[in-house]
This record gives sequence, structure tokens and C-alpha cells, in this order.
Amino acid sequence: MTEFETVFSPIIFLDLALLTMLFLVAIAMLRSRHLFGVVMLSGIYSLLSAAFFVSLDAVDVAFTEAAVGAGISTVLMLSGMLLTARREKPKTPGRAPVALLAVLATGAALFYATIDMPAFGDPNSPANSAVGQDYVDRAAGEIPMPNIVTSILASYRGFDTMGEVMVIFTAGVAVMLLLGVGSMRGGRRVSDIEADDAADNGKAE
Amino acid sequence: MDHLILRVTTKLMFAPIILFGFYVQFHGDFGPGGGFQAGVIFAVAFILHAFCFGLEETKKVLPQKALTVLMVIGFLFYAGTGVVTMLLGANFLAYDALVPNSTHHAGQHYGIILVEWGVGVAVAATMLTIFYHFTGREPDIDQEDW
Repeated sequence: MTEFETVFSPIIFLDLALLTMLFLVAIAMLRSRHLFGVVMLSGIYSLLSAAFFVSLDAVDVAFTEAAVGAGISTVLMLSGMLLTARREKPKTPGRAPVALLAVLATGAALFYATIDMPAFGDPNSPANSAVGQDYVDRAAGEIPMPNIVTSILASYRGFDTMGEVMVIFTAGVAVMLLLGVGSMRGGRRVSDIEADDAADNGKAE
Repeated sequence: MDHLILRVTTKLMFAPIILFGFYVQFHGDFGPGGGFQAGVIFAVAFILHAFCFGLEETKKVLPQKALTVLMVIGFLFYAGTGVVTMLLGANFLAYDALVPNSTHHAGQHYGIILVEWGVGVAVAATMLTIFYHFTGREPDIDQEDW
């Protein structure tokens, strides 16, 4: 076990620039009351974090973030926004000293914890040395595919991935149950007013 | 909708998007990609269609009933691969049982392709289901309303 030293590379400036932009976009999202703008900014946030993941050499995660986070979430948020108001109600700013104190204390604790974290790319860190190293050693001999991420996702952790598909399936079923009332009324296209009238007529008879 | 440029662009883009989805689906073993991303890309092609031609037109191409069936088929494809390996005498999702006499674990490759296909179908159908239900709630909004 040799001690790992982080090499200084100019890539760090790119990382810093991306993180700064992420921070600014997050602040802009907090301050804006225009929901359309907030949805678009959240898409930009996802795209920026996808770029950041690429710079961390996690292309699979970056691809998922770009497709799911920046693509489909933005579309779903937009269509969800159509069901509600276009502007957030203005909030009266109040002071909450306990909440502020709790947030500051938690933030300070998190910053303190980063001092003990292993350096980025350290091969001796727990995440890279135990199970991860085992997968890297075994995958080449056991699974005939170059992309080790797919090997782990679909074969070594196949049961977990089945659970993820189940989660997505459940989300779809939940949306159908909550918003797809048509099917629960026998599949007919019924507007709420007609349905109320029908209910009233039923009572009168 | 009567925007000529949008209509032509959508018609031009639709097939390449589906093709890119298939590339991501089946190239996931060799590069970044896989069922989750490919499923989303499939869904995006149809969402683009709905944005340009309206939701009712898209529902003629791909009705909600078909999506509901595809959602179930996708998940059962995944779980079914596991059941098949169990019937062949191995553990649940132990793909080596698919090609037992292979010298280079070809069963793993087949199993992963089958499973990823299930993921892709389930994700695409679910994303479109959610999109249909959210968008189908309200009549189309005016151009000026944005």
C-alpha cells in the first residue's frame, strides 16, 4: 500500500468553473418566482452536473443525468406546471433563528467531515479497495463485456436493478391511479360536471 | 399545429432519435448506455411527436392501452429471464445457465442483453405513461399563454 498523492492538473479549473455555475444556477432557482424559468433552470442544472460527471470520468452516470435529469424531468415538470399556477405565491420573509442555527451547524459539520474524506481517485479508499476492487479483478474473467459498469449493474447486481425497474413501474402505476380517473369510470371520457349531474340525477330518482 | 418548419424538423428527427435509442440500448455492453437511458430516448421521440402534432395524434400512434401492456411486459421480461435461469437449474438471474457449455461465459452476455431489453421497454412505456397522464389533463394552451 503506497500513499496516494493527488496530482495537480489543469482540469481542476474546469471543475471549479462547473461547480461555480451549479452554485449560481441553484441560487437563481431559489430566488425566481417564475415557475417556467425555474423548470428551465433545473434542466440547466442537470446538464451542468452531467458535464461535471464527465469530468469525474463517470460517463454512464453523466449519460443518465443528461437523459433523465435534463431531458425527461424537464418535460414532466413542464407538463406538471400546466396543471398549476405559472407563478409561485410571494412569501412573507420571516426570521427563523432556530432553523438558521440548525442549518449552519449541519453545514459546518459536513465541511468538517470532508477533511477526513479520501482524495479523489485514491485507490486505497474504502470505496475502491474492498468490493469495487473485487469486481474489477473478477469482471474481466467472468463476464465477456468491456463495459464493467454494465457488468456490475446487470449481472453482479442484477437483483438490485430489477428492484429499480420495479420502482419505475410502481411510479407509472401510481400516476395512472392518481391522474387517470377515466379508466376507473369504465374507460369512458367523462368531464367532472357531467359526472356530478349524473350523480344528482341518480339521487333524485 | 401548422408550423411547417417544426413539422418537417420533427419528421426528420423522429427516426434518427429511435435509431439512437437502439444504439444506446444494444451498445450499452461496450460503452456508456443501457436500458434506462435508451428507454428515456425512445420516450423522448414520442414526446417530440406529441409536442408538434398534439397529444391526440400521438395517442393514435401509440395508445395508452399498449403502453400499459408494454410496462408489464418490460418488467416481466426482466423477471422472466431470472425464472428461466432458475428453470435451467441455476440461481435467479445467474445467466451462465443460459449457455452452460460456453468457454467464455457467453450466457452472461445473452442474459444481460435480455435483461437490458426488459429495462428499456419498461422505462420507455412508464415515462410515456406519466407524460400522457400529466399532459392529457388539460386542453392545449395558447401560443400567447407562455
